[in-house]
Amino acid sequence: MGVEKTLGNNVLTTSLDKLVNWSRSRSLWPMTFGLACCAIEMMAAGAARFDLDRFGILFRASPRQSDVIIIAGTVTKKMLPVILTVYEQMPEPKYVIAMGACACSGGIFDTYSTVQGIDEFLPVDVYIPGCPPRPEALIYGINKLQEKIMAERNSFGSVIGIGERISS
Amino acid sequence: MSEHAAVGKLKQKFSDAVLDVVEYRGETTITVKKEQIVAVSTFLKMELGYNFLCDLCGVDYLGQSPRFMVVYNLYNIALKDRLRIKVPVEEKDAAVDTVSTVWATANWHERECWDLMGITFNNHPDLRRILMAADWEGHPLRKDYPLQGPDRELYQGRLQ
Amino acid sequence: MANKETMTVNMGPQHPSTHGVLQLVLELDGETVVKATPHIGFLHRGVEKLAEHRTYHQTIPLTDRLDYLAPMSNNLGYVLAVEKLLGITDKIPARANHIRVMLAELTRLKSHLVWLATHALDIGAMTVFLYCFREREEIIDIYEKISGARMTSNYFRVGGLSADLPAGITEEIRAFTAKMPGLVDTYEGLLTGNKIWQKRTIGVGKISAEDAIDIGLTGPALRSSGVDWDLRRDNPYSGYEDYDFKVIVRDDCDTFGRYKARLDEMRESCKIIMQALDKLTPGPILADCPKVCLPPKQDVVNSIEGLIHQFKIITEGFKPEVGEVYQGIEAPKGELGYYLISDGSAQPFRMKIRPPSFVNLQALPQMVEGSLLADVIATIGTLDIVLGEIDR
Repeated sequence: MGVEKTLGNNVLTTSLDKLVNWSRSRSLWPMTFGLACCAIEMMAAGAARFDLDRFGILFRASPRQSDVIIIAGTVTKKMLPVILTVYEQMPEPKYVIAMGACACSGGIFDTYSTVQGIDEFLPVDVYIPGCPPRPEALIYGINKLQEKIMAERNSFGSVIGIGERISS
Repeated sequence: MSEHAAVGKLKQKFSDAVLDVVEYRGETTITVKKEQIVAVSTFLKMELGYNFLCDLCGVDYLGQSPRFMVVYNLYNIALKDRLRIKVPVEEKDAAVDTVSTVWATANWHERECWDLMGITFNNHPDLRRILMAADWEGHPLRKDYPLQGPDRELYQGRLQ
Repeated sequence: MANKETMTVNMGPQHPSTHGVLQLVLELDGETVVKATPHIGFLHRGVEKLAEHRTYHQTIPLTDRLDYLAPMSNNLGYVLAVEKLLGITDKIPARANHIRVMLAELTRLKSHLVWLATHALDIGAMTVFLYCFREREEIIDIYEKISGARMTSNYFRVGGLSADLPAGITEEIRAFTAKMPGLVDTYEGLLTGNKIWQKRTIGVGKISAEDAIDIGLTGPALRSSGVDWDLRRDNPYSGYEDYDFKVIVRDDCDTFGRYKARLDEMRESCKIIMQALDKLTPGPILADCPKVCLPPKQDVVNSIEGLIHQFKIITEGFKPEVGEVYQGIEAPKGELGYYLISDGSAQPFRMKIRPPSFVNLQALPQMVEGSLLADVIATIGTLDIVLGEIDR
């Protein structure tokens, strides 16, 4: 591991980093990638009872405007190129949440056409197990992602062009 | 019973095509020769009123001859009556005439049968893969195709 | 000939309308659709092949995930097919049948609520989405108390049910069903008289009765084109012949007609649920077939036969005779059919699922050609497709 180039290590830069991290984590805009049954639980999480809007989460249909992609449902080999294209269209900083057993590891579908876990192809930040996970579990997973974003370093530096964002 | 009436009329018109008739759990299954399937289907739809094709699928009896069976599940909406037609298909000549001219709904069912079983349908308007990717090799629902796919190890768990 | 070039537009497998991973390749001449080609298979998980490697009981959770908006319907169809194969349809106790009918109709309500929510959301009415999901959450609470899971219930078993209803649930279902018709009136009040809704749905996605039968359309879409066919009345199962309900047939043939038909079906479902609640009597919930149905827990722990039966059924599975059956039920989306072939072993030799959405989607190109691009969205919504079922 080489020398990490950061803006600095003093209280000023870490406060600026905290500000950037706070603003990113409190307004995560997911891209709806509802594939199967987990998509319905994601919709239920966005509906009135388990309101996701109170966390600042607005579902955006376009990858160009989103921060996080929630892979909700079974990933098949036919669908994989589409997922990769869409992931590459997302601008940095981007995060991946694997929701449900099928996205984490292939789930109960251990067959010829199913990808056994999206982490074979995408760097997953948070895994949410369940079949389907309850909306509370999805909210918990998003909270974990928010904690992970808050723990990042040199976020402000990467925004103004000095060094890269260092995530844990 | 109207089932027997259908069997009787079918045997009367296509005496050499009917191979076998089975009654099980209140359902009648008639096995006919594959060369006559379009004529039999037209007769069933026009004369006997089986105007709805519920389901068309292929079955792989690996190790038996003929290896495949194409199954047509029919329904008569006016009489609320079900009937099943089966057509044996050899492995070497895995082709059947399409019935999409008789029931338009057979179009996608036959595409799925081709995709997953490898049974060709002659004169089909658009025979290409429907569920698997267009460049997929092999026909997954055949009994000799491994469940996990050809590029992964065999599952060591519950199987015999 | 004038230079009429059509533009090919891809409504890719990822698109905001939440019907799943469907790809539509549209050839457009301006805003008019010249040709529409659906591409499916992006959610093909190999359920039919997987079922050949599982026992009959182990396949029940797989069926949950087909039409994930109406999981108990899929369970019911499969379980009825296996019971027909075994020949034990007459031995199912009355209480189990009444509960099955009640839950099947609750599932129909649940599925139609999601249909209305997403259909309205696509056309632009977002309030209806939030209202319908609020009601759906109450049905999900009932599901959870009965079966343990919000969506993928896995509640029915071959021979009856997996467990009896919890205490107090019938009052909850009764209270919910009593207020449901009033809520359906609320949704209607928001949409039916709305000029925008009428302009977007009347005359859109027309299909005649002959074309519908030929292309294989079933369910409320077929009944809105004037064909009087409902499997609950015509080939009844689970005791549906004892219930008094109206089959909704309309002859509008368009999206508006299908919308009204499904709303009326929701009201009829409430009636059936009330009748089922009134018919409920205490009794056993599993058929008396020791080789097929799991024995009650006291027998397993206290007697040798119970223990042996439990062991054999769970590890080996029961073995039906050689034979084949086809069982069709009236799922919320249309005729859901299970074609099961048994070769005498503990695993199905072939399980073919006849998904209603697969066949309904075939009708999309002819319903949409010649209409505007926005009508494509309305038509997909009105066909009420679920990709989990189409691709299996």
